[in-house]
Amino acid sequence: MTSSRNLLAKTIPLLILVPLFSSLGNVMLGKGMRGMGEIGHLSVSALAVYSLKTLSSVWIWLGVGSLLLFFVSYLLILSWADYSYVQPVTATGYVLAPLLAHLLLGEVVPGARWVGAAFIFLGVALVGRTPPSTTRRG
Amino acid sequence: MRTFLFLAIVVLSGTGGDIAATHAMKQIGEVKNFAPRALLGVLRRVLQSGWMWLAIALMALAFFSLLALLSWAEVSFVVPATAANYIVGAFGAKLLLKERVSKTRWAGMLLVTVGVALVCAAR
Repeated sequence: MTSSRNLLAKTIPLLILVPLFSSLGNVMLGKGMRGMGEIGHLSVSALAVYSLKTLSSVWIWLGVGSLLLFFVSYLLILSWADYSYVQPVTATGYVLAPLLAHLLLGEVVPGARWVGAAFIFLGVALVGRTPPSTTRRG
Repeated sequence: MRTFLFLAIVVLSGTGGDIAATHAMKQIGEVKNFAPRALLGVLRRVLQSGWMWLAIALMALAFFSLLALLSWAEVSFVVPATAANYIVGAFGAKLLLKERVSKTRWAGMLLVTVGVALVCAAR
């Protein structure tokens, strides 16, 4: 009992951090790349200038940092929890994205997307009722 | 035909990469100590794991196949279709990682798959 409670105590924070870091990372990369503008013509020198510009963007570095944190949290949780548990439960990112877009950016979210978010929410609730690890010993 | 072939590569190599990473982490063992020094030790073992390098190679293959696929196929088809990852992942977890996927977990997984496809397809 204590063991399964300990397991949940470290599983739940990571289940929140994984989709959070990955959506934040993607949003920041998107913001960084949009600030760059499109690549004009595909020559070596144009690509080199473009790469340098990309590497000088704070948003790109924040995005890469956030995606690295996502990957580290993902690996940490997989060191004890089932893949068939972690993969569906971290789909909460898909619910988070339209919600944040609606609340923070005032985007109009199409109805079908809210229906999809409701499906994900129910699915995550069901998977969340199963034990995080079925292969763990001790 | 080419579209479905590339979609299959994206889904199979993506979930294959995740499964190899999971296997590597299970071999390394449950992380119990989250102090920076202990985490650096885990990182060292991660970088020494052959399974992890296989995972990274498969994830890179999935990423570049997705980029190639997006160069001719519609995003509105490709992105929702990658929700198939969830079903393929569950089969992989059951068959290769020997996880016990209960009926409740299958049901939740199917709801998530439909939900992700809907979220990505809606416009």
